[in-house]
Amino acid sequence: MSEDNYVPSSKFGKWFNDRLPLLTLSAHLREYPTPKNLNYWWTFGGILTFCLIAQIVTGVVLGMHYVAHADMAFDSVEHIMRDVNYGWLLRYIHANGASMFFLAVYIHIFRALFYGSYKSPREVIWIIGMLIYILMMATAFMGYVLPWGQMSFWGATVITNLFSAIPLVGESITTWLWGGYAVDNPTLTRFFSLHYFLPFIILGLVILHIWALHIPGNNNPIGIEIKKPSKDTVPFHPYITAKDLFALMLFLIIFSGFIFFSPNILGHPDNYIPANPMITPSHIVPEWYLLPFYAILRSVPDKLGGVLLLFASLFILIALPWLDRSKVRSAIFRPIYKNFFWLLILDVLVLGYMGAMPAEGTYLLIARIATAYYFLHFLVILPFLSSVEKTDPVPISISEPVLK
Amino acid sequence: MDKSGKKDRRDFLFTASYTVGAIGLGATAWPLIHQMNPDRSVKALATTEVDLSQIQPGKSITVLWRGKPVFIKRRTEGEISEAKSVKLEELKHPEKDEDRVKKEEWLVMLGVCTHLGCVPLSDKGEYNGWFCPCHGSHYDTSGRIRKGPAPTNMEIPKYEFVDNNTIKIG
Amino acid sequence: MKTYIFKNNFIIGFFLTFLFCSSNLYGSDTKLIKVDWSFNGITGKFDRSSLQRGYQVYNEVCSSCHSMRLLSYRNLGEKGGPEFSIEQVKAIASNFEVQDGPNEEGEMFVRPGRPSDKFVSPYPNVQAASAANGGSYPPDMSVLVKARKGGADYIYSLLMGYDNSPEGFELEEGVHYNKYMDGNKIKMAKPLSEGSVTYADGTKATETQMAKDVTTFLAWAAEPHLEARHKTGVRVIIFLIVLTILVYLSMKRLWSRIDSEQ
Repeated sequence: MSEDNYVPSSKFGKWFNDRLPLLTLSAHLREYPTPKNLNYWWTFGGILTFCLIAQIVTGVVLGMHYVAHADMAFDSVEHIMRDVNYGWLLRYIHANGASMFFLAVYIHIFRALFYGSYKSPREVIWIIGMLIYILMMATAFMGYVLPWGQMSFWGATVITNLFSAIPLVGESITTWLWGGYAVDNPTLTRFFSLHYFLPFIILGLVILHIWALHIPGNNNPIGIEIKKPSKDTVPFHPYITAKDLFALMLFLIIFSGFIFFSPNILGHPDNYIPANPMITPSHIVPEWYLLPFYAILRSVPDKLGGVLLLFASLFILIALPWLDRSKVRSAIFRPIYKNFFWLLILDVLVLGYMGAMPAEGTYLLIARIATAYYFLHFLVILPFLSSVEKTDPVPISISEPVLK
Repeated sequence: MDKSGKKDRRDFLFTASYTVGAIGLGATAWPLIHQMNPDRSVKALATTEVDLSQIQPGKSITVLWRGKPVFIKRRTEGEISEAKSVKLEELKHPEKDEDRVKKEEWLVMLGVCTHLGCVPLSDKGEYNGWFCPCHGSHYDTSGRIRKGPAPTNMEIPKYEFVDNNTIKIG
Repeated sequence: MKTYIFKNNFIIGFFLTFLFCSSNLYGSDTKLIKVDWSFNGITGKFDRSSLQRGYQVYNEVCSSCHSMRLLSYRNLGEKGGPEFSIEQVKAIASNFEVQDGPNEEGEMFVRPGRPSDKFVSPYPNVQAASAANGGSYPPDMSVLVKARKGGADYIYSLLMGYDNSPEGFELEEGVHYNKYMDGNKIKMAKPLSEGSVTYADGTKATETQMAKDVTTFLAWAAEPHLEARHKTGVRVIIFLIVLTILVYLSMKRLWSRIDSEQ
């Protein structure tokens, strides 16, 4: 790689770089050869990095005013909203930022699904990405508990109760998680500690995720291997940085729309009611980004069965590189897979919608069908297509289809 | 000729983008910084009313205001004349006693040593006023620094007499 | 072509299902009374006089049972709210007795309220409030508008929604019929009737007027920074649009080098 030859221009730069090669790293990142045909679905990695930093910064600042005690948590959030300078802004950025973070991560994941970015040699990038996703869900779940509203409390109760389904040790694990005999103050304080902590683990995994990416280099919309560097690539800076920045600007406009004009639309009104262990809300629902998993969980009448199926739904995603063995990466050249891709999106949307509905009657039936179809897609359809699908001819280079 | 014109337009565009971007970053940074400033509930508690009717001549009380001690002393005739008679040239921080009090019988000042912030002890020291045990600063009956490392006189907070027996500090 | 059909069909199908089912999400199915609140929309603002009247309704009617413990009297004078003058705020606060202490003898005592004090609650705690109201807790109103689906429209509809129960509808002792309450049963008796309050500014105190004013007041109480939020939002989005255009043009300018090298 050309950056091995990088020599800093200043004497101090040379001295420092010899001891800690940050300038070499910076040169590598600037020159990193990126396919020039990347479309806007590729901008979400940069958007996600922004979201992580925004959540950490607003989170740390909110943590200066929030009080993690069951008797004071709800009031401390209102204190932030009413009295802290710009507190209302910081809180709404953080709460809506979580939703934007998940919106971006779902687009990012579905991009990978469509263009085969999880396929060899990028399996480890994919697995690290799945770990990041799981930690994001854990962090978001615990964060939602902190305001100590009705949904905070009861969502925590429902999800922590799941662990009691584990045979033999389930009850002990649940008590251990709670720090008591029900969700209460000890649960809140430890969730605050972990909610503050996990994003830094996520940050470390993001660095590994990008490092692992830089070994083979980016995938691209037509999914072919391209020589790096070549006339098919551009240096990351300024071409990709500028494009990522533009996409980020559009993202920020949408984000601002929520913050300033509909800051509570993605939330649940019940979370503005202080937690009450004696009264259960009529419908306990998690935040929208967890709804598909909630639907899968509730589609099984058996408690342990639901938990196992929930973990299975994540695990088969992790196993995707080995379930889909098609030699062709990009769905652009996989006409049959493409349709099943869209069906999967529809299925996930249906699951999400059912997650918001009571788990009874027609809703439950549809949730079960959608759950079954989800597993069918990964366990049956994909492996089947790997061997049977007649793919379209794949171009030899990026410039070739243009010349035709 | 054409190329340099194009270059100027390009540079202007990039410069404009960077500038507007920098403004945006600054505007974003401000709330993050300002949130650490005192919030509304803290600022609302910024005034305290004190009842003076129980204080005997020669005695003082200490009240908490904005998290710090405030000395309120009802001075005797002797202490007042002593304070007034000091020549300004003798003072490290020249201030007339009349400028430090609203009613000369009442001395209201922040009980915080201007050296490094300890609370001076009353009725101690060589000048009949206060003595700070931390590094040996001596204050007189007007709370002015007379000896020791403190650079300025003890601070007089903003206060006013609501009536003859009550002051409002802050 | 096939993909195009698939993609668009699912999008249409999904949204039709969503629209069909969305009213079932939670709460009563009855359509709420929609009011064109002054604080609705991107440039929404509170009507100051309505807020002041609303405070009067809260104070004279609601506060005997409903607390508002997250508000302070000084909020009544702050920008974006009823904006009473400092003197008015001090006068309002001093009407209330606030518990303070312990004093130097170790005893709690009572003193007149100050602007920095929180709103005094009618009951010392939730249990006392429930016990005094037939076992039902009159909810604290600080964030009530945000705590109910439908927000201000719901609160207004509820206040206007008292009616005779339909034929055969069973109502227990002390329970009233309301068109908009979940399950149509509510323990609170109809709180507002014509002339319940004599407005200080002389406005006629009809039921709809009082309901509108107190709902506006409650909407402010739940979102005191709404006006600042809207104002900042307009500025932020305009700024972002300008910056987006600049970044877009810069990006295009940069990439023209690549495209021209083909």
